[in-house]
Amino acid sequence: MEKSIQVKELKKSFKQHQVLKSVTFDVGKGSIFALLGSNGAGKTTIVKILATLLKPDGGNAAVNNFDVTAKSEKVRQSISLTGQFAAVDEILTGRENLIMIARLRHLKNSRQVADDLLNRFGLVDAADRRASTYSGGMRRRLDIAMSLVGKPRLIFLDEPTTGLDPEARIEVWNVVKELANSGTTVFLTTQYLEEAEQLADQIAILHEGRIIVSGTLEELKKRFPPAKVEYIEKQPSLEEIFLAIIGKKEEK
Amino acid sequence: METVKNHFLGDIGVMLGSSMRHITRSMDTIITVTIMPIAFMLLFVYVFGGAIQTGTDDYVNYLLPGILLIAIATGTSYTAYRLFMDMQRGIFERFKSMSIARSATLWGHVLTSLVSNAISVAVIILVALVMGFRSSAGVLSWLAIAGILALFTLALTWTAVIVGLSAKSVDGASAFSYPIVFLPFISSAFVPTESMPPAVRAFAENQPMTAIVDAIRALLSGQTVGNDLWVALAWCIGIMLVAYIFAMRAYKKRV
Ligand SMILES: Nc1ncnc2c1ncn2[C@@H]1O[C@H](COP(=O)(O)OP(=O)(O)OP(=O)(O)O)[C@@H](O)[C@H]1O
Ligand SMILES: [Mg+2]
Repeated sequence: MEKSIQVKELKKSFKQHQVLKSVTFDVGKGSIFALLGSNGAGKTTIVKILATLLKPDGGNAAVNNFDVTAKSEKVRQSISLTGQFAAVDEILTGRENLIMIARLRHLKNSRQVADDLLNRFGLVDAADRRASTYSGGMRRRLDIAMSLVGKPRLIFLDEPTTGLDPEARIEVWNVVKELANSGTTVFLTTQYLEEAEQLADQIAILHEGRIIVSGTLEELKKRFPPAKVEYIEKQPSLEEIFLAIIGKKEEK
Repeated sequence: METVKNHFLGDIGVMLGSSMRHITRSMDTIITVTIMPIAFMLLFVYVFGGAIQTGTDDYVNYLLPGILLIAIATGTSYTAYRLFMDMQRGIFERFKSMSIARSATLWGHVLTSLVSNAISVAVIILVALVMGFRSSAGVLSWLAIAGILALFTLALTWTAVIVGLSAKSVDGASAFSYPIVFLPFISSAFVPTESMPPAVRAFAENQPMTAIVDAIRALLSGQTVGNDLWVALAWCIGIMLVAYIFAMRAYKKRV
């Protein structure tokens, strides 16, 4: 399968603090890849390196077959980043935000692009209000809409649903599924195991600077010790897999 | 790389557009920037003016150049503030991950500073006209004045960019203008330097504000501008170039 992202032995430290010790994984083209990890695991650090905002200390990382350090300009042309904290201009309206990004992506029909996205994300009524008046969910939708301007081949979503209510979360999930259906590769990070279960084709768990497991949900379930026999037989949830693996590592 | 270069001006245009919207949507910065210099002008003309001997009949004519410099100094400190705030915002991160000329954001701020300072200078000149300011300057002289003020704005703006990029807090970012706002007071802006004690006078006559004020004053009153013009231009362009180099260096470190 063609790869959208190839990461090999990636390393990154902040001063003494070794955040990424050796991270290796691949993301197939057109798939949804979920990177799981607890607070401070280094998820955002990986996203920033792949989006050319941070330089790695060692290892290789290629995005759409371009090396992130040597060909960062090419990488930027082929990706879109929705950071952990909403990246919208609060003073501008939703429409102005989208038009601004469309112009910066050098599209000719920036108004049309903005209208289409406003429609698609249910923001038509709020289009001409300042983004500062939006609810958290609306802001996140606008944020993701801004990332879709210009139809990038690969989109990064850093904890896209953190802080959203269940309804807004499902909305975002639908957007992500739609994106993947249209052939876009989605790289998302999350702390919610359920989210990864719901969306991802590929799941990787980042813990103590390394990917400790990766694969499809099915593969992960297979690798986990057989279903526990309690009173009723129960398939392990991803949550249990996660906790079990972390527990095992820490015992060593 | 070519695509980035080709779109450089367009990208700056977009940045300028959005940061001008920020200013027009919160007029308070324009108001604070113009109110203080106008208050100084009122104070000096109507309260102290009677006691100050400048050798001209109309003190407001004498005072205006210095007031404009104070306004620009306060105005540019908002560039440091805006830049500092901008880099805290998530949208800045988004720009960095896009294929945009990296310095487009900086140039957007610099042009915004030029435009907004031009607006406050125009407002102050209008108020001065109401207070009795009159000038015999012709079109060429006015163009020369606009040029000097624009260079002065650019020199301070690029200095403000360094501050905005390296400040650790908002207060730090906006505090830099205080010494610059103070400089016109120790220059020929309010009183002739001849009235000052020798040490102060030596400082006043050799600092940039005096040359700039004297050049503008001469242009406004239709007198011939001597050396002052060249000294003023040298100061402005010199500061601008040095600040530009350091600002770009600081920016490269940040992005
Ligand atoms: N610029 C920085 N300087 C110093 N330390 C940093 C910097 N950025 C991140 N770190 C540290 O690196 C570690 C990983 O941070 P990162 O933001 O990648 O975690 P995360 O997995 O995204 O966490 P969260 O789920 O809370 O968003 C943290 O301990 C953090 O304090
Ligand atoms: Mg994070």
